[in-house]
Amino acid sequence: MTFLDWYREDRLPHIYCAGCGNGTVINCTLDAVESMGWSREETVFVSGIGCSSRAPGYIKTDGLHTTHGRALAFATGVKLANPALQVVVFTGDGDLAAIGGNHFIHACRRNVDMTVVCMNNFIYGMTGGQGSPTTPRSALSSTTPYGAEEEPFDLSLLAVAAGANYVARWTSYHVKELTRAIRTGLETPGFSFVEALVQCPTGYGRRNRLREATDMVEYLKTHSILLQKKQRMEREGQEVPPGMIPMGEFVRRNRAVLGARR
Amino acid sequence: MTRTEFMQGNVACAEGALAAGCRFFGGYPITPSTEIAEHMAARLPGRQGTFIQMEDEIASIAAVIGASWSGVRAMTATSGPGFSLMMENIGYAAMTETPCVIVNVQRGGPSTGQPTLAAQGDMLQCRFGSHGDYSIIALAPASVQEMFELTAKAFNLADRYRVPVFLMADEIVGHMRERIVIPDRVEIAERRPLEAGALPFQGGADGVPGFPAFGRGHAVHVTGLTHDERGYPRTNHPKIHEALVTRLVRKVEDARREIADYDAVNPDAEIVFVSYGAPARTVQQVLHDAGDGGIGHLRLKTVWPFPEFALREFRNARTFLVPEMNLGQISREIERHVDQAVVSIPKIGGELHTPGELARAAEGAR
Repeated sequence: MTFLDWYREDRLPHIYCAGCGNGTVINCTLDAVESMGWSREETVFVSGIGCSSRAPGYIKTDGLHTTHGRALAFATGVKLANPALQVVVFTGDGDLAAIGGNHFIHACRRNVDMTVVCMNNFIYGMTGGQGSPTTPRSALSSTTPYGAEEEPFDLSLLAVAAGANYVARWTSYHVKELTRAIRTGLETPGFSFVEALVQCPTGYGRRNRLREATDMVEYLKTHSILLQKKQRMEREGQEVPPGMIPMGEFVRRNRAVLGARR
Repeated sequence: MTRTEFMQGNVACAEGALAAGCRFFGGYPITPSTEIAEHMAARLPGRQGTFIQMEDEIASIAAVIGASWSGVRAMTATSGPGFSLMMENIGYAAMTETPCVIVNVQRGGPSTGQPTLAAQGDMLQCRFGSHGDYSIIALAPASVQEMFELTAKAFNLADRYRVPVFLMADEIVGHMRERIVIPDRVEIAERRPLEAGALPFQGGADGVPGFPAFGRGHAVHVTGLTHDERGYPRTNHPKIHEALVTRLVRKVEDARREIADYDAVNPDAEIVFVSYGAPARTVQQVLHDAGDGGIGHLRLKTVWPFPEFALREFRNARTFLVPEMNLGQISREIERHVDQAVVSIPKIGGELHTPGELARAAEGAR
């Protein structure tokens, strides 16, 4: 079997815009799940609302496409009622961090045994490009026409602070690293959070001089810096160029887990 | 073995759930329902069940729905403000045909209102609170015994019709203590599993699909979007939406005779009380005091779907008197179904109608 066998082919083609990064992240996730040797019967994909959250609809397993922001609460019930099920959650920055922010921090705190893959495109894609809690300062969106004035969330740091056992961040450019990080998340007992920065040429790029999908991927590539490298530069008093986003593994630890397989 | 105990209503509710095989409780503390959560927290771990105190009521009902799809009987308990928070996901449960039990021990509202005093102000919210068209089942206990029995029954109805079922209690029945007979076992009607080859959202003759629990290889896609019989989103097809939503309503409404549970006392009477929940106790006292069979009483244990045919059992009725701890929510429903006079006897503020008040109302209707 390959990860392609997990796709629900009779539902394709998908609804994603041309150039969207979500397909890459779904491929990486299914590749990681397939490499775990899990059966389709024991694996459940859960999601909330938004572009990212349509992913379970394209996967041939049991799937729960729920209400906006609530995926982690639904997933907690699925996992605790039957710990034999392997639970993977797809979510986006608006779904997870705005309306679902409270569920996010509490799922991290409980350290429920599941893996969350967040496709962070800095924008509300499905509703047409409104600002989200991760929209960078001064970025344009349909609800920040003069540039975003609020400080954005760093979702990975938030997950570390709230108590997740495993946290990593990569982008849709870093296919191998992202796949490996998701695989590590699946292997790690407890709450695993993998943030995948993705290009959204339609909702984000066209308002922010990144109209072509490749422009935005190039931006993610050139503004990535390995977390350890950034920390070393800071330790050594070197100046880290502004706008660089740290990538890699933020935490891997062994706090007490809720809902581990009995 | 059947045993007799002296018990609080909320505890009896939890015991009824456990007897019915409930193995998951997700909840958030709120007066006056909290004893249900506390009792489940104490009792579920010893029965290989899961208790989890979620971060809010939205998360509580979400976790309950998730647990139900994992194949276990699951419930939550709350009161007015928490019930309002649950509404979005209650609609999701109706749309996705998820069996679950939601207990609302009602308190005075709107808003935070009267946390420690009784009301029946959420009767229409439970029927119509979420957006769109759908139908649900709601039961109303009038005693500690019924807190036990109707909770257990709620699980059977939820599984039978793949629908959220509400136990619409009130602070009085939740906190009263009285004698209760606990049977050695309660009837458990198991969920009908999805048959091989059947579609997960295809109704069949009774409109109710078998249940495709997770982990059994059904590869079912569950979505709150308008979906076809396979569960696939089909949001731009008027006919598919109409067929789905019509079935969700009809599978409950068409079964209302089968679902209905009520007591009809003195069916020849001309003056007839219609009641549910705690006010039914006062009506029973009025009938007892009158002692002549001249006053009838329709006591509803099922409020939704509304058993309008039960009103017609009172062939000689001239007036229906409807005491409720709200400003007339179910009396309006009764008006829709009968030609006779319907007199609402509202009482809000937290106190129950007194026998004298209702006796005077009956006298005034003669």
